[in-house]
Amino acid sequence: MSVNYEVLSNRAAPTSETKLKTEKVNLFYGTFQALRNISLDVPKQAITAIIGPSGCGKSSFLRLFNRMNDLIIGARVAGAVEIDDIDIYDKDVDVVELRKRVGMVFQKPNPFPMSVFENVVFGPRRHGKTNRHELAGIVEQSLRQAALWDEVKDKLGQSALALSGGQQQRLCIARVLAVEPEVILMDEPCSALDPIATLRIEDLMRNLSDDYTIVIVTHNMQQAARVSDMAAFLMMEEDRAGTLVEYGPTSQLFTNPKDKRTEDYITGRFG
Amino acid sequence: MAVTAIGKRGLTQRTAFSLLVLATAIVTIPVLFIIVYIIVNGAGAISWEFLIQPPSQAGKAGGIFPAIVGTLYLMLGALIFSLPVGVLAGIYLTEYARDNWLTRLINMAILNLAGVPSIVYGLFGLGLFVMAMHFGMSLLAASLTLACQALAMTITTSREAIIAVPREYREGSLAIGATKWQTIRHVVLPQALPGIITGAILAMSRAAGETAPILVVGAAFILPGLPGSPFDQFMALPYHLYTAAAHVPGMPKVTVWGIALVLLAVVLSFNSLAIFIRIRVRQRRFGL
Amino acid sequence: MLQRGASPATADSGLSMSLRRRWRLREKTIESWIFLNGLLAVVVLLGVLILLMREGLPVFLYTSPLKFLFGTRWYPVSEPPTFGMLTFFAATLWVTLISTAIAVPVGVGCAAYLAEVAPSKLRETVKPVVELLAGIPSVVMGLIGLLLLSPLVQSIFNLNTGLSGLTAAIMLSMMSLPIIVSVSEDALRAVSNEFREASYALGATKWETVRHVCIPGALSGIAAAIMLGVGRAIGETMTVLMVAGGALAVPLSPTEPMMPMTAAIASGIGNAVRGGLQYQALFAIGLILFLMTLSVNLIADRVLERQKRKFAR
Ligand SMILES: Nc1ncnc2c1ncn2[C@@H]1O[C@H](COP(=O)(O)OP(=O)(O)OP(=O)(O)O)[C@@H](O)[C@H]1O
Ligand SMILES: [Mg+2]
Repeated sequence: MSVNYEVLSNRAAPTSETKLKTEKVNLFYGTFQALRNISLDVPKQAITAIIGPSGCGKSSFLRLFNRMNDLIIGARVAGAVEIDDIDIYDKDVDVVELRKRVGMVFQKPNPFPMSVFENVVFGPRRHGKTNRHELAGIVEQSLRQAALWDEVKDKLGQSALALSGGQQQRLCIARVLAVEPEVILMDEPCSALDPIATLRIEDLMRNLSDDYTIVIVTHNMQQAARVSDMAAFLMMEEDRAGTLVEYGPTSQLFTNPKDKRTEDYITGRFG
Repeated sequence: MAVTAIGKRGLTQRTAFSLLVLATAIVTIPVLFIIVYIIVNGAGAISWEFLIQPPSQAGKAGGIFPAIVGTLYLMLGALIFSLPVGVLAGIYLTEYARDNWLTRLINMAILNLAGVPSIVYGLFGLGLFVMAMHFGMSLLAASLTLACQALAMTITTSREAIIAVPREYREGSLAIGATKWQTIRHVVLPQALPGIITGAILAMSRAAGETAPILVVGAAFILPGLPGSPFDQFMALPYHLYTAAAHVPGMPKVTVWGIALVLLAVVLSFNSLAIFIRIRVRQRRFGL
Repeated sequence: MLQRGASPATADSGLSMSLRRRWRLREKTIESWIFLNGLLAVVVLLGVLILLMREGLPVFLYTSPLKFLFGTRWYPVSEPPTFGMLTFFAATLWVTLISTAIAVPVGVGCAAYLAEVAPSKLRETVKPVVELLAGIPSVVMGLIGLLLLSPLVQSIFNLNTGLSGLTAAIMLSMMSLPIIVSVSEDALRAVSNEFREASYALGATKWETVRHVCIPGALSGIAAAIMLGVGRAIGETMTVLMVAGGALAVPLSPTEPMMPMTAAIASGIGNAVRGGLQYQALFAIGLILFLMTLSVNLIADRVLERQKRKFAR
């Protein structure tokens, strides 16, 4: 067996406490089924990676957790998705409150065309914080957490669009941190970045995972192996619906996969 | 033989293209001629007095100050009544509307509103605002009439400006727990603002030049002073120009061209402002 | 207020809506308000139709629709008054037909030149000029027709007066050019380059390609452009009011003075007694005008839709 990944997660296996949970989730876009019967427990304060071939539904799966799929006309969810044992698709759930607790970072850095400062305080402001002093504190804290403070502390008033791609992505992370979420979802956060910027974000993720539950979608096998504690491998069935093939601790999934298809995929024998 | 065939086809092409150039010249040259002609012939009438004095002797002497002010009021009135609803309708169509029969109906209505003749808007304003709502032949009735006419334009320009805001911004905002309205208010609208302003300016410029509707809802040819309230009668440049040109015997030609020049200056300067903003926005978008 | 600053561990109940009921209410209120504004275009269009019917249809209690449409005598203040609008309709027809006949070849030719032949520098110069033309108020165009064009027409055709349907039509053709040019140009640009390349690859010249590939490909878009131009010509008021001559006889030749429907409304409405028969009759003309432009626009829309579908992959 030629699987040979450098698994850096030398920490103890994640606590058994579950933060997010899906049970027999099915997702439909109109009549097309994008996800079928996915059951998976995401541990608290750890990094869970979702890997799989393009189009298998990774992004769709990730967007279940902050109900971003609600924005798509015709999208329909069956089954249960829970955060702290609360069903987030329950009709009493406030989507806005949910998204405050479950932040998201996108593939392409999408800072707003405003100043760095305004980007970070955007969330807190929307949630009612107006005290300039408090906001300044939030900006510094969030930018420090996102390992961006030293680079931008002198240009908080400048346009966020003038930052480099890697800085923009860390700004987007800071923007999420500023609303004090519990979970951060990341959809291929490094795919638009160069290797050095990628490594910085990976470091950042490792640091954040002490406090936050992180779920990351990635195409980069090395990245999944390097940063994640848990890994899930999704694949399409014949009708192109995505299913969960294997899920387990990263070290195990990458060095000793149980399923032949997982092994084929991570060794590159499979598209 | 092949060569002569090409030669003949080349000749056809040259003839055809010359005709196309001719067509383009027929479109463009008269415009430039008209503008230059009006400037040259109207410039003689333009003086400080002409711009800031009320008319006297049935408009043959004095100035056109009340007409200028009346037109500015009308532009403002049309803007106030059409822009907010236009923007909100644009928001509805881009952010809330589903793809259903109602949306199709709305879009069809917008399209057709744009094609309703201005005189018909005049009748509408006369029947609704002047008569049914008892606003009389007033600045208010005329503003509302022009606003109805401007509606199609403010809706379409707002809609285009809002659609052009990239989806990523909306997602970024929603993903950190901003509500839909907060996202629209703080992310989408600021981004769409230049486009919306462009549309607003164009709508104002259009309102400045409209004659038929205000002719129907009752502009006055000569008034001694400015309207003191929205319920007063008013003068307006295009109506003043029409009456001066068509109904006042012995009107000095230079005065007529002078009024035309002032009207054209108002309309075209607003138009160019809109074009200027549009170009600036485009540059900024691609520049960064 | 909100559970701000609560540590993640204790924030569970934050998901329930009770805490944010007020915000939800606010969102709902705003949403309904936006929805109402979204409907406004429909409301105004329907409002125009209803008002025209309410004020205009009563005239048919006095005179039959047939007499109204096909009568040639319009004597609103004689005793008893007669209302036959055929004169106005014929004038509108003349003016629209002639202006379209002038504007279409010129406009489409200009569009073809801009879209297919002109170097981009020239195009960028010409397009603002066309926009400029669109911006000139109709009363100014009327003035040009009145003071500059009509003497010219008078001397060329040796007429008693230069104020004629032809003069109005020439001015109108200029005014419908911008929309014809811009919509046709868009339609030509929508023709996929593959077709052009295929044509060149078969050895066609540029003109042959324009003539046999581009224009046929854009035909429905060009047709829509023409319809929109026709709609403008039918509805244009000030120019025809000032230039067409305003005669009350059925025009048999375009060089006669005439009174199109829009001009009839504009010149009559000031003297009509509010709510009187003449007033109603003018609203009835307005209603017919409205329905005419509405159908022209709807046809243009249909045709444009078809063009779009044709090129949607
Ligand atoms: N808005 C949508 N409407 C309809 N189908 C969609 C929509 N978004 C995604 N899909 C379909 O759902 C499936 C999963 O898409 P998704 O974007 O989740 O895949 P992915 O694994 O993230 O792919 P990639 O690695 O390329 O980002 C695909 O077949 C896609 O075509
Ligand atoms: Mg994806």
